[in-house]
Amino acid sequence: MNQLIISAATEGEAKSNPLVPNVWEMGVVLVGFAVLMYIVVKFVVPMFEKTFAERAEAIEGGIAKAEAAQAEASAALEEYKQQLTDARAEANRIREEARAEGAQILADLKAKAAAESARITEQAHAAIESERQAAVVSLRSEVGTLATTLAGRIVGEALTDDQRAARVVDRFLADVETQSAGAAK
Amino acid sequence: MIALALPAQDSGSFTPPGIDEMHLPAILPWGAHDGFSKQMLLVILSVVIIATFFILAARKQQLVPGKLQFAGEMAYGFVRNSIAKDIIGGKDFIKYVPLLFSLFFFILVNNIYGAIPVIQLPSFSHVGGAYVMAGIVYFTWIIIGIKKNGLKYFKLATVPSGVPWYILPIVVPIEIISNFLVRPVTHSLRLFATMLAGHLIVMLAGSGIEFLVMQENVLLKGASVLVLVGAVAMYMLEALIMALQAYVFTLLTAIYIEGALHADSH
Repeated sequence: MNQLIISAATEGEAKSNPLVPNVWEMGVVLVGFAVLMYIVVKFVVPMFEKTFAERAEAIEGGIAKAEAAQAEASAALEEYKQQLTDARAEANRIREEARAEGAQILADLKAKAAAESARITEQAHAAIESERQAAVVSLRSEVGTLATTLAGRIVGEALTDDQRAARVVDRFLADVETQSAGAAK
Repeated sequence: MIALALPAQDSGSFTPPGIDEMHLPAILPWGAHDGFSKQMLLVILSVVIIATFFILAARKQQLVPGKLQFAGEMAYGFVRNSIAKDIIGGKDFIKYVPLLFSLFFFILVNNIYGAIPVIQLPSFSHVGGAYVMAGIVYFTWIIIGIKKNGLKYFKLATVPSGVPWYILPIVVPIEIISNFLVRPVTHSLRLFATMLAGHLIVMLAGSGIEFLVMQENVLLKGASVLVLVGAVAMYMLEALIMALQAYVFTLLTAIYIEGALHADSH
């Protein structure tokens, strides 16, 4: 093994030094790398960077768009909620109004009915009064006639003379009145 | 290692492959040099492969990427975010992404050649390429440092703050040597040495297997299986190191650039 290493080392040293470069090869590497650098600087890096930038922009644009849509949606929701609240309030107000109106109408009707009934009662009273008056008047005249007739029959004397009859009746009535007045006293 | 050492003990007829085996005959010889070597062809091929792949991947620029574009974006995003953004940071890290990106994939592809059957030769197993890469990085970070801090940069880079004056005579030379002399050497040799060693091991195992199979002795023939198992394990390790070295080289580049940018806070 030692022999192997030594032989390899001596052989290598004797014939060529691996650290001494071949100038032509250096030139080829230099030119080759320069060409590669040129292509990379001119085409490869700009194309990749452009793609990266476009992609980043697309993603950021998408996010912005999504955010805008979300904001719009939440605004719409807010508006809808507002409208709903308004509508509820409106409905409540209308219901209240209707209730108040109904109460008003009911009160009016009640008042009207009361007035009507009062009027009807009044009329009835008036009618009764007038009928009573009429009855009193007719009674008075009829009582006179009847009484005269009766008295005439009883007395047997014709009380046909109107003047006399009237006098008798008046006297009778006056008696009645004084009697009742005395009873009242 | 025991398996590898066996043939040498058995007979003197086994000659292990050496550094010189790294120099394959030139494809197109010219002049006093080796001519157009396989490494040169591979380097040119790597540029074509990387450029073609990433231009095809990046070309469509779809917001929802297809498979090819996704693979390209993953690869690009790895260098951009995991190396450039994490190490250099700030707003202007993007300026250094092209350099780091090119370095990483240039070295990666040229290393991975070593793990691809038939090609089986990492370009940086020749030191020249590694020198060039480290040299580019060396001048890049020095120029960045001077641009950012002016000539004061050399003071910032060599005189650490908060060190008592009586230690400075020791610290400053050490800083100069470690930052401006040793750094490019280690940066290049790390890449070169790992690739060379990996390639040598694969060659050694290959020739060892060949030698053992040719032996008359059945036990020795059987021993070739051990070498094969070891060779496969080493191959896996090498594949890992090839990718790792590309990452390490790029990571160090990012660290050097970051150090040059923020020399005043170090």
